[in-house]
Amino acid sequence: MAIDSLVLGAGQQVGKSCVVVSMNGKRIMFDCGMDMAYHDHRRYPDFSRISNSGDFDSALTCIVITHFHLDHIGALPYFTEVCGYSGPIYMTYPTKALAPLMLEDYRKVMVERRGEEEQFTSEHIVECMKKVIAVDLKQTVHVDKDLQIRAYYAGHVLGAAMFYAKVGDTAMVYTGDYNMTPDRHLGAAQIDRLQLDLLISESTYATTIRDSKYGREREFLKAVHKCVAGGGKVLIPTFALGRAQELCILLEDYWERMNLKIPIYFSSGLTMQANMYYKMLISWTSQKVKETYSTHNAFDFKHVLNFDRSMIAAPGPCVLFATPGWLSGGFSLEVFKQWAPSELNLVTLPGYCAAGTIGHKLMSGKPTKIDLDKNTQLDVRCQIHQLSFSPHTDAKGIMDLVKFLSPKHVILVHGEKPKMATLKGRIHSELGIPCDDPANNETVSISSTHYVKARASDTFIHSSLNPNFKFSKSISEDESGLCLKDRRFMPQLQVTDERTAEGILIEEKNKKAKILHQDELLLMLGEKKNEVRFAYCCPIHVSNLEETKSTSDNVLCTSDRCSWLQLLNNKLSGQISGGNIQDFGEHLQVESFDISVCLNDRCPYRIIDSQKKSEAVFFCCTWSVSDEKLAWKIISIMENFDCESH
Amino acid sequence: MKFTCLSRGGGFHFPPCHIVNVCGFRILFDCPMDLSALSIFSPVPTGFDAEVDVKVSDFQDSSSSSSDSVARKRQKVDKPLDVNDLIYAVPWYKTVNNLHLWNVSFIDIVLISSPMGMLGLPFLTRMKGFSAKIYVTEVTARLGQLMMEELVSMHMEFRQFYGPEGSSFPQWMSWEELELLPSSLREVVLGKDGTELGAWVPLYSAADVTDCTQKVQTLRYAEETCYNGTLIIKAFSSGLEIGTCNWTINGPKRDVAFISNSIFLPAHAMKFDYRSLQSNDIVLYSDFSSLDAMENVEDDDGFSIPTTDSMSTLSMDNNNNNWEESVESLLYTDESLEEQEKLSYLCYCAIASLKVGGSVLIPINRLGTLLQLLEQISASLESSTLKVPIYVISSIAEELLAYTNVIPEWLCKERQEKLFSGEPLFSHIELIKNKKLHVFPAVHSPKLLTNWQEPCIVFAPHWSLRLGPVVHFLRRWCGDPNSLLVLESRLDAELALLPFKPMAMKVLQCSFLSGIKLPKVQPLLKILQPKIVLLPEDFKQQTRFTNANSFSVIHYSENASTRIPSLKDSSELEIATNLALQFQWRNLKHENMNVTRLKGELSVYHGKQRLLSGSEQAKSSKIRPLLHWGSPDLEKLLNILSNIGINGSVEQCMGNGESEKACIVHVHEPKKALIEIGTSTIISAGDENLASKIFEAIDKVLEGI
Repeated sequence: MAIDSLVLGAGQQVGKSCVVVSMNGKRIMFDCGMDMAYHDHRRYPDFSRISNSGDFDSALTCIVITHFHLDHIGALPYFTEVCGYSGPIYMTYPTKALAPLMLEDYRKVMVERRGEEEQFTSEHIVECMKKVIAVDLKQTVHVDKDLQIRAYYAGHVLGAAMFYAKVGDTAMVYTGDYNMTPDRHLGAAQIDRLQLDLLISESTYATTIRDSKYGREREFLKAVHKCVAGGGKVLIPTFALGRAQELCILLEDYWERMNLKIPIYFSSGLTMQANMYYKMLISWTSQKVKETYSTHNAFDFKHVLNFDRSMIAAPGPCVLFATPGWLSGGFSLEVFKQWAPSELNLVTLPGYCAAGTIGHKLMSGKPTKIDLDKNTQLDVRCQIHQLSFSPHTDAKGIMDLVKFLSPKHVILVHGEKPKMATLKGRIHSELGIPCDDPANNETVSISSTHYVKARASDTFIHSSLNPNFKFSKSISEDESGLCLKDRRFMPQLQVTDERTAEGILIEEKNKKAKILHQDELLLMLGEKKNEVRFAYCCPIHVSNLEETKSTSDNVLCTSDRCSWLQLLNNKLSGQISGGNIQDFGEHLQVESFDISVCLNDRCPYRIIDSQKKSEAVFFCCTWSVSDEKLAWKIISIMENFDCESH
Repeated sequence: MKFTCLSRGGGFHFPPCHIVNVCGFRILFDCPMDLSALSIFSPVPTGFDAEVDVKVSDFQDSSSSSSDSVARKRQKVDKPLDVNDLIYAVPWYKTVNNLHLWNVSFIDIVLISSPMGMLGLPFLTRMKGFSAKIYVTEVTARLGQLMMEELVSMHMEFRQFYGPEGSSFPQWMSWEELELLPSSLREVVLGKDGTELGAWVPLYSAADVTDCTQKVQTLRYAEETCYNGTLIIKAFSSGLEIGTCNWTINGPKRDVAFISNSIFLPAHAMKFDYRSLQSNDIVLYSDFSSLDAMENVEDDDGFSIPTTDSMSTLSMDNNNNNWEESVESLLYTDESLEEQEKLSYLCYCAIASLKVGGSVLIPINRLGTLLQLLEQISASLESSTLKVPIYVISSIAEELLAYTNVIPEWLCKERQEKLFSGEPLFSHIELIKNKKLHVFPAVHSPKLLTNWQEPCIVFAPHWSLRLGPVVHFLRRWCGDPNSLLVLESRLDAELALLPFKPMAMKVLQCSFLSGIKLPKVQPLLKILQPKIVLLPEDFKQQTRFTNANSFSVIHYSENASTRIPSLKDSSELEIATNLALQFQWRNLKHENMNVTRLKGELSVYHGKQRLLSGSEQAKSSKIRPLLHWGSPDLEKLLNILSNIGINGSVEQCMGNGESEKACIVHVHEPKKALIEIGTSTIISAGDENLASKIFEAIDKVLEGI
């Protein structure tokens, strides 16, 4: 059995996340994202690799979407409505609620403002969302008889989840984007300690270790405050969801504390509608935000007003959130054109802007002039503040997660190639876990866990749970050289309790394999036990046996017998390590090996004719096959044992 | 496995309570309290009522029980109940009597199915030695906590009136006083068999509630949790209220489903997820609602939609392929429509009262009903163009209403659709914003006094009419024939309204669906396909189960233990592949069986038993069989021996007195050795090699493993 992971997107790059995992006959697509940097077919994952015939319903068991960012969900309406996939799609409640806004926002930008050909329509989005099954965190969802999935909190954006999938005995986790440190409005990723064959993790910050976020938040607030205090306008281009709400919480809090009265605006694209969703989904935010819902919902922004197009040129300071992010067109670009020429104003940009956008151009160097298109050039004199907080985990977080889950295999996606290679090396060398970073359209195959199922009898289970104490005396001189001198000669008693389950597995035609305890087998078969034992009457030479015999009237008395055994006991305990010699007076026992003094001259087990019978004392030994090795070892010790009597 | 029903409870507000022993773990299902018993107490007396003052001093001052008053009271015993018969003291609370017989430290797990089932939990958690793990859904934990906090805050009014309680038993609990109680009240105190005085306890404190909520572990629906590595416990929606649940408990040998009061298609909460209860061997059926509905028919007064369900037997044609479909359609028969009609009628009556200038008082604490009524009444007001304010007055109302709007994951499909289209889940958010609905923590809130307007609609706790703001409103309006009081039909209205007599106010008693209706029990069980079903004994008379059932039914009764027979003599075990690859199979002549020895380490992980290859590496050398059976074929043995160069002679066969044959083979070649053959076999040889060769030969003629 194997797990095959076909990476259709975000292989050694950031953009269009899409991994198709096949395990035990089930095929799951994790994320269905688009690449914003391309405007041709490369923006979508190459779906033809899933099924040549285009029959995606039979090729895929289900689709799982981790969060509402376009690079994780952007291609979904296209895949369902244009390519024709109509199977189940799973995402968390917030993702299902917020994804249509995100998709619609994007569609508008593409079509209405950039004048591109429509990839999917509004109706497509609506139809697509109807196929979505919303899941709650930690809820175990049975997709079908064999496949179960479960979402875990990922903290990246509202509703972001890592997904666990299990088919039979094979299990894996796909993280999507996640954040291991809590931020102002979201908590940190949380997952159970699972037994996994595979972990597919994002690696945006594969080599970065980030310090506390609060310093960077303070910087942002300082920059904004400085700008508005100087009468400037602050433009914050964002997408409708996520960053806008996070920064707004930050500003609201700051405004409240500093008693600022300068207006904060939301552009019409960023409707208050989005905040309505956030208010209802407050249980998916951080603990601190969550706790306040009854008295004041943190997403009830008090200082926020709606912005009107006519206000662009209005005098006086203000803060404006405008869509879309990255200044990729639309309203935010329109405002930017008006505000950029004044050095009083400020534009804040996120840590990442897709290549080809104005935002990307602004971030590369300190340009004073920007080419808007072939004919227009724009003077940029305003200040530019780069927001360096991004809700992705850093390298330490990734390593912590991998270490915590200890999967049998790791695949890295959603990162930059050289950095991923470094992280891959660390995971392999530091954690000893094999790791891959496949490129797009590559398949990684790894072996999966499988268990053989059987029914076990109660007796077997109970016997397996019985304590199995082993006592051994060890003189730990060599091991603990630093031990106190007086303790060095004290033999230490070691007690181990290694419980082993020993039983018999029975396979019958047309019946489930069954495990029995040894004692139950004969009962089941209705047979009688035939015990096979070994026997050997072992002579031990005693040099002064005659003397002894004469003194004791040719008969070895009981006490003599015992003393012979005693001698033997001393000898053996010096030479056998590990085995416990039990002294029963009349006989000694080591495991199943039994020794007693033999007085029967015609003992049938005296196989070897001793040359000097008179000089030997015979010990009758019997044992069972399980202690064969031990038995012959003892016998060889006994045969070489020259007994000095008294 | 043992099942003990500690209490069959009583209706929606007092769910049943059971203890079950599964796989050696004791599980307590719910820890409710009987708040209907509060009706024996008087509500907080109004300060100006002179007669009451006398009564109070009577009860408070223990020394003043003059023989005169005793005689006076004794006469009352057989008279119709009088307001003075009620107990004037800080109320105590009636818990599940039989639970007190158990040592709490022996309880391993507590499963709470509803907020009502949580109300008695602080009594347990504050007890010394209590260490059980408590599982409860996130929403039930929150709602339960709110309800407990509300109870504590309402109870405060009594404490303020009567002063701090003494440490000893209150006066009313002394046997002298109890004997003077009218028989109907005495029965509430002592129970039918007179043993329940021990069930009464003083209320927990706010600190106890906090402590209790910190001890619970919250779950979401269908979240797996593992107790002690052995039991997998999951909660699934029961549909009764937001966050209420049924349970599945899966151990190595038992798969149990527990069904509490459930509603198939509720109008607010997520629907009854019965599909997830499938494929469990045992169903513990604990929904008494259909039985309660029967009992209630007699004391219907005023308005009530009859809830009697005709006795039914359902014989399904199993040959019919789509029987499951038809069964399911039966489960969804429109009870929600019926509920809808009740609410509409209620709204109609409310509007009628408002129109003639009366006010409407609704002391219904059922969250679902409250939320729906808020929506419907406001809609009715809208359409009737009446401008009448709605008040919700409770210390927790603000938080409760805010909370219901942030838990979309726990609501029914229709409400979830509201989330996806960006509308508030319940319309009360809008109502508050538009100042149509006013929420106040208490009657004496200053804002309420300035805002107050009559006629109006007031939602206020508590349904027992003994605690909380409702008492004040009832006192205000009980003489107004135009005003309307809405009660649940389960409540004993006669007793409940006693302190407010004479009542001119109209009373509307309404019963709401609070469980699975009788005709649906059997189809439901058919879908669940268990092997054993535990049903309350009362079902015996109500349902006849057709013979076609694949399951057996065990009836249980209150306060009796039922042993549930074991269904499996073996448990599931998983063997690691690397261990399985080491197997050395032997074919038995016997019955065409393959057998192998196996050795490993047994681990229990997440409810699964697994056999893993142990730390000690299995030796690659051939493992010798350790157990033999049968009797050897002598000729075959000699043959095999001579083939490997071992020759000998059979010395003699001697009868051992038994029919078993015994003989000795003397081996001469290559060395001297001896084999004793009989019911057991002994090999005696001088060196290891020869002995082992002989053993192999013996192994071939015997069967062994």
